[in-house]
Amino acid sequence: SGRASDGSGAPRPLYMDVQATTPLDPRVLDSMLPYLTAYYGNPHSRTHAYGWESEAAMENARRQVADLIGADSREIIFTSGATESNNMAIKGVARFYKSRKKHIITTQTEHKCVLDSCRSLETEGFRVTYLPVKKNGLIDLKELEAAFQPDTSLVSVMTVNNEIGVKQPIHDIGEICRARKVFFHTDAAQAIGKIPMDVNNMKIDLMSISGHKIYGPKGVGALYVRRRPRVRLEPLQSGGGQERGLRSGTVPTPLAVGLGAACEVAQQEMEYDHKRILQLAERLVTKIMNEVPDVVMNGDREHRYPGCINLSFAYVEGESLLMALKDVALSSGSACTSASLEPSYVLRAIGTDEDLAHSSIRFGIGRFTTEEEVDYTVQKCIQHVKRLREMSPLWEMVQDGIDLKSIKWTQH
Amino acid sequence: MAASSRAQVLRLYRALLRESQRFSGYNYRTYAIRRIRDAFRENKNVADSAKIEELLKKAKANLEVIQRQDVSFFHIPL
Repeated sequence: SGRASDGSGAPRPLYMDVQATTPLDPRVLDSMLPYLTAYYGNPHSRTHAYGWESEAAMENARRQVADLIGADSREIIFTSGATESNNMAIKGVARFYKSRKKHIITTQTEHKCVLDSCRSLETEGFRVTYLPVKKNGLIDLKELEAAFQPDTSLVSVMTVNNEIGVKQPIHDIGEICRARKVFFHTDAAQAIGKIPMDVNNMKIDLMSISGHKIYGPKGVGALYVRRRPRVRLEPLQSGGGQERGLRSGTVPTPLAVGLGAACEVAQQEMEYDHKRILQLAERLVTKIMNEVPDVVMNGDREHRYPGCINLSFAYVEGESLLMALKDVALSSGSACTSASLEPSYVLRAIGTDEDLAHSSIRFGIGRFTTEEEVDYTVQKCIQHVKRLREMSPLWEMVQDGIDLKSIKWTQH
Repeated sequence: MAASSRAQVLRLYRALLRESQRFSGYNYRTYAIRRIRDAFRENKNVADSAKIEELLKKAKANLEVIQRQDVSFFHIPL
């Protein structure tokens, strides 16, 4: 669809990077248009119809978000995205309870904004335990239990990982936290609308939601904050007291409406999308693994969201493969960290060898992905992996039966 | 299903597919066509007239959504 924006006239690449962002669903765009054109009032204006109609739309959107996760609409706070929600939840809870509680538990595979928020709290005198993960990417529940201290205020574990797609045992974590009366926060940006989430069932106290991961607009998200039992937060952003005083600032009605619509559409389409995406994911993995040896899937095979597939192709440099696959939009890890040349910290946390970590590609399959796109991606991937391996002296040595780990590389 | 109802369903189905062809975005176009076909196929044996009425309303609303979309924004140069 369309020509490349660099003026080259080449067709645009196929989009297989849905963990980075998703296109707007046409139904979501439709819901937003009136508020970008005709109904432009500030939802906090109390004195005229422009305000009232905007407020009604905002509250309807709030209800749509709440419905998706089994919450009450009074428990939904609109934010600028999951990064802000994560910052609010972690820093907000920690600081509110800091007179008696100084300890936080999280994992080594969380999104950068969670890890960075924790690091920033450490400079404020908090103690943080960063739980390791097993080789399959899941946390060890026994280690979680052992990590609790008498002054732990919060546990933060993401539901579905954005790099490798693994799904943490949220039910069990919720139970463990509730039993110890410690608040449980989960970054559900990659999970909501894709797998069923229920804050009561799963005993979740805080949840971060991102609009642009669920076919909604960029620049908006939400934070679920439980009312019973009450979770208190110190707000990050001061101002006019909007969003129950937890997040001051004019709520961007068109964006909130878009987020709400995205949640409602996701709820309706969840089963249909999941079935298709599972099918397409199995097709992609099976085809690649049947044709090409020495491919490793990163993360647990079973406890995962199928639309996020991270594969390491041994003896192939990840960046070269990405460059070769120029007509497919892919990534070798999280968009937030791919600017640096460091291998992904998530892959390091699951114990991936340095060289395999550099050989990883993340394939994203979403609502709009077609079978033809999967087949094309698979075909090109197989073609280029084979070609790059042909050129690789390491591959040649492996073919000759040499154990690469036994080689003593010399300095020149 | 009553004959008029059946004709109505078919008319809507054809209209939805026709409008979907206007999407110049490959992913939107293929999704719309696929989703419409699958939704109509899934509901083809519904007998309850109230349910049919509800589904027709939904289909009509979706048709209007597609009709409202200015189907291509790829013209904007960077």
